[in-house]
Amino acid sequence: MRDDEEYRDHPVRSYVLTSGRAHPTRNTLRPETLLVAVDGRPAPATASGQQRELLRLCRGTLALAEVAAYLGLPVSLVAVLVSDLVDTGHLTIRSNHQAHALPSRDVLEKVLDGLRNL
Amino acid sequence: MDSVTSEQPVRSSQHLAPTVARSVKVLVVGAFGVGKTTLIGSVSEIEPLRTEEVITTASVGVDPVAGHGEKTTTTVAMDFGRVTVSPEVALYLFGTPGQRRFWDLWAGLADGAVGAVVMIDTRHLEDSFEVLDQLELRTTMPFAVVVNEFPDAPQYPVERLRAALDLLPSTPIVKCDARDRTSAVRVLVALVEHALTFPVFQKVLA
Ligand SMILES: Nc1nc2c(ncn2[C@@H]2O[C@H](COP(=O)(O)OP(=O)(O)OP(=O)(O)O)[C@@H](O)[C@H]2O)c(=O)[nH]1
Ligand SMILES: [Mg+2]
Repeated sequence: MRDDEEYRDHPVRSYVLTSGRAHPTRNTLRPETLLVAVDGRPAPATASGQQRELLRLCRGTLALAEVAAYLGLPVSLVAVLVSDLVDTGHLTIRSNHQAHALPSRDVLEKVLDGLRNL
Repeated sequence: MDSVTSEQPVRSSQHLAPTVARSVKVLVVGAFGVGKTTLIGSVSEIEPLRTEEVITTASVGVDPVAGHGEKTTTTVAMDFGRVTVSPEVALYLFGTPGQRRFWDLWAGLADGAVGAVVMIDTRHLEDSFEVLDQLELRTTMPFAVVVNEFPDAPQYPVERLRAALDLLPSTPIVKCDARDRTSAVRVLVALVEHALTFPVFQKVLA
């Protein structure tokens, strides 16, 4: 199966990387969470190639899922990379989503107006 | 895999405008081939993107290295697109197979969603029973049912579909050509209007 070929090494890596970690930022990350690199901060010397690429992608605002798609990595793995870079002050969460919080009525009305005017 | 990284450099035009500081999402669910990616592509301001999650069946809480032989992996793909609906707000559309067990593979996919667009093919109505059951029994998420009009599909009056799918009188049922942007946008308008009638959205959150 093609997918097995392409993604063979991901399940192990992503579960090893995510297991047992308790980053506070991880709980607020969703696929639509907006991210942007902190202006002018170079990647930490210890950053992996993936983290450098991630910071490069985030020179403008993108959602976590977009970053994952451009990196060709699963969202669950990219969430871990993101949370590390947020903790070290290299990446900012532009849109903060509290766990289980729904958008406010005000935001939904903006969405509705925007859709009607597309 | 890592080569994908350098092959797809993000163009700056694919970044959101710097004023956008809020994102909301809608799930687009439905059986295989029902038109999820088409609907997303019709509305999206970027080429729809794709990301995949690989799950080993016995993965959670289990040492992935041990017991190699007994594990099977499942790859679940998610297609998505985005549309900036106001200077501050971007709407993301995440398309995934309908079964709840697939969304559960994605951390946070259902969490906080405005609602779901459930795409129905009238040639295979029974394919939508499971997702509708899941939405009604296991979530309080607003949803709208979209009937994609395939040329060879039987045409049912909306009220017959409502009865056949056992939907509440308030659930929007919208006929749509997912290839047409106006038609696809109308579906999203119907969903958000419907969501705004839900008690949970009545209160203005500070
Ligand atoms: N006539 C008609 N054809 C459609 C419509 N929507 C989608 N199609 C066609 O149906 C086929 C499948 O559409 P997709 O958008 O790939 O369906 P999907 O749900 O993303 O499929 P999977 O991701 O494989 O589950 C494509 O050839 C589309 O062009 C529609 O509203 N009307
Ligand atoms: Mg698709």
